[in-house]
Amino acid sequence: MALLLKGGRVVDAAAELDAVLDVLVEDGVITGVGEELEAPGAEVIDCAEKVILPGLADIHVHLREPGQEYKETIASGTRAAAHGGFTAVACMPNTKPICDSGSKVRFIVERAAAEGAVRVYPIGAITAGQAGEQLAEIGDMTAEGAVAFSDDGHGVQSAGMTRVAMDYIKRFGAPLIAHCEDESLAGEGVVNEGEVSTRMGLPGIPAAAEETMVARDIALAEITGCRLHLAHLSTARSLELVREAKARGLAVTCEVTPHHLFLDEDDLTSYDTNLKMNPPLRTAADREALVAGLLDGTVDCIATDHAPHAVHEKELEFELAPNGTTGLETALSLVNTHLVATGTLEWSAVTRLMCHNPRAAANLPEMRLEAGFPADITIVDPEARVEVSAEWFVSKSRNSAFLGQSLLGRASDVLVGGRWVVRKGKVVV
Amino acid sequence: MALSSKHIMTMDDLTPEDIALILDTAESFAEVNQRRIKKLPTLRGRTIVNLFFEPSTRTRMSFEIASKRLSADGVNFTASSSATVKGETLRDTAKTLAAMACDMVIVRHKYAGAPQMLAEVMDCPIVNGGDGVHQHPTQALLDLYTMRQSLGKLEGLRVGIVGDVCHSRVAGSLVPALNKVGAKPIIIGPPTLMPARPDILGAEVAYDLDEVLPTLDVTYLLRVQFERAARMPFPSNREYAMLYGMNPARLAAMPSHGIVMHPGPMNRGVEISADVADSPRSVILDQVESGVAVRMAIMYLMLGGADSGTAA
Amino acid sequence: MGYRVKAEVMDAEAMDRALTRIAHEILEANKGAGAIALAGIMTRGVDMAARLAERIERIEGTAVPVGSLDISFYRDDVATRLSPEVHTTDIPYEVEDRTIVLVDDVLYTGRTIRAAMDAIMDFGRPSAIQLAVLVDRGHRELPIRADFVGKNVPTARRERVKVLLAEHDGRDAVVILEDDGEGE
Repeated sequence: MALLLKGGRVVDAAAELDAVLDVLVEDGVITGVGEELEAPGAEVIDCAEKVILPGLADIHVHLREPGQEYKETIASGTRAAAHGGFTAVACMPNTKPICDSGSKVRFIVERAAAEGAVRVYPIGAITAGQAGEQLAEIGDMTAEGAVAFSDDGHGVQSAGMTRVAMDYIKRFGAPLIAHCEDESLAGEGVVNEGEVSTRMGLPGIPAAAEETMVARDIALAEITGCRLHLAHLSTARSLELVREAKARGLAVTCEVTPHHLFLDEDDLTSYDTNLKMNPPLRTAADREALVAGLLDGTVDCIATDHAPHAVHEKELEFELAPNGTTGLETALSLVNTHLVATGTLEWSAVTRLMCHNPRAAANLPEMRLEAGFPADITIVDPEARVEVSAEWFVSKSRNSAFLGQSLLGRASDVLVGGRWVVRKGKVVV
Repeated sequence: MALSSKHIMTMDDLTPEDIALILDTAESFAEVNQRRIKKLPTLRGRTIVNLFFEPSTRTRMSFEIASKRLSADGVNFTASSSATVKGETLRDTAKTLAAMACDMVIVRHKYAGAPQMLAEVMDCPIVNGGDGVHQHPTQALLDLYTMRQSLGKLEGLRVGIVGDVCHSRVAGSLVPALNKVGAKPIIIGPPTLMPARPDILGAEVAYDLDEVLPTLDVTYLLRVQFERAARMPFPSNREYAMLYGMNPARLAAMPSHGIVMHPGPMNRGVEISADVADSPRSVILDQVESGVAVRMAIMYLMLGGADSGTAA
Repeated sequence: MGYRVKAEVMDAEAMDRALTRIAHEILEANKGAGAIALAGIMTRGVDMAARLAERIERIEGTAVPVGSLDISFYRDDVATRLSPEVHTTDIPYEVEDRTIVLVDDVLYTGRTIRAAMDAIMDFGRPSAIQLAVLVDRGHRELPIRADFVGKNVPTARRERVKVLLAEHDGRDAVVILEDDGEGE
């Protein structure tokens, strides 16, 4: 059955489109994008006042399956992704067991095929067990479908090990996704080291814990020639280092999370563990630098680091609670509320930051609003109001740093391979 | 309520007027503590729980004696805050106590933010008996009381706080408390023991104790313990005693009216020499004595008048 | 609430005569000043106890020990009313085996006296407790009575009786105040 998405504002930076156009989808593939398309027999979907984007991808997501299904599963996490307007996610390997071999990658691939609401691309571990000592079976994982490699959660502490990993990974054409945190500097820290850590009596993580490792990994990427993607950057200086690396022509990309773009340590007025994440919320000056980096192209991608945790796990003393906030369902609304609706960012830039760049950085298939591409399409209602409440979430977990906020704009309808996963704001799979 | 806040969790909960009221009221209770029958019927029938997740003899005993002297029923609940030994969560423990209709809870915990978590779940007033390295307000108050009794005033006093300041909840409360009463806190120690942002706490910083000593009215010593562990922020107890230990020579370098204080327990020979600890210029035992009176004052002011919500 | 003076029931001379008479009555009831001590109840009872002690010394030639009691911590209404000022209790004598004469300015419901008795008992076991008040205004809520009374003054509940003292108010007098209807 053909679908004709009629009269929406079609925006796609890669296809160089930003106009009111029709999009025709047949048999799961885009067959036409243009003005007043003829499609007899097609189901007409009125997209007036909506914005039509190529399928968004979140390349930093924790789906928690296998091993911690009480927090999230591939099924619930992908439904949450769809709810947030994403048509694809790349999932991190710090599950239980760690995803560090081909058979574990295959588990995710098969599970996702059976139960996933959107497309799932596994990221494999760099080292066996993420222990930082032995290389994991990169080749085997690549054969089973892993798209990139990361020891997300704590990063590879040894420079020597990182160099070996980069040398090995590069021949598979995959990026090494670096979680930059020097544990000997971070220590027991749970918030940014500085004013808030002093005031609240909490151990702090200095910005240098991230920046020293960013500098290290850029230097190693330079000598090995491996593609490097820096995960969840949080400080102004980290961005400066990326800017310099790019100016020198190195294959370095980076991502920033919505919570680092729209929150900072001043938001920590109480011991609310939903604001406890790693890397921590930094200073207001850091946050402003991240937004500036988004606008000047230093930041390639927005990725959520969606980290679901159960209620009883977050309802602990601040120092004991696990790190992280959910993010899949709020990312697009936050970007619209704070950047697009304020005129700071164009939708066309959003397609770069949330579709094309992430897909390129993590080796996901490219999506475009162009004939011949699969019909992975995100339709946005920029005027819809979203009240972020525990009940509104589709994810199994409710630990959002944005609980209680009122946001503007959301994905109203989402297609994956021409199949509806979200209709009128509701997940339908 | 006589005090401006229902709880005493950090020094932010107390105005300078609150502090003055607590110290003045403590003087009356100090007189009671000299009597043969050290008992007042004031808080008869109230249940005051000492919820201590960290071992502590002196603070717990001080609160317990204070509550008993006011005829309240002081109850001790000791538990472990170690993540591996934990049974019940803090939240569940709080709900259990709330169900038992306690009138006040004094909590000491290994992690900052524990009193705030209790306040979310319980209705009664909460007193922070020390949360992680964050704050220990009742200690600061008894220290102010001792200073006032010894030196006759608080305003304008120069108080040097020496030692592991960044890991000290005593310092976390004492520095803002001193600022509130118009005294001047100076934190003294090696850079490795200073907090990340001493300026926002409101204290001057000095690395050289000997330079600052002649200007101090009070030298307040914090406990230090440097065992042989990896990456300790200080080489050894020996070097610490050499650079920052209070000894007779340093005592003599202080102004003649200057006093020495310590929250206890002391490491004789490390941060304080035995001679100084036992000298008449050390008011360490006065601090302990003040502790009961100040804590009685706090309980009286927090629980008295609470039913009507207004002062007389 | 605002109060205004309704009537003056004792002037300075009347107060002086009453206090002198009470001093004589105390000495008569106790057969001298040998075994007694005074305890004035904060705040005005303390001034009155001082005046009584001075008269007793003038009459008998004996100095009688005087103490002061702050009963804030013994009140039965601690739960609802917090005394804004707390004073120090000072009993500079042994209570054991002595007759303690409590001294207060106005006797009303009797609750203050009950608290004062509890307070003095915490210092020891007196052989007897007696009560001297300048004014008894009635309306007792507890079975308490004064042994020595300066003047009985019948009042309505909504009225207040205030003892003015030269040390604090510039003159000696006992006045009745009534609510002037000026709201809270």
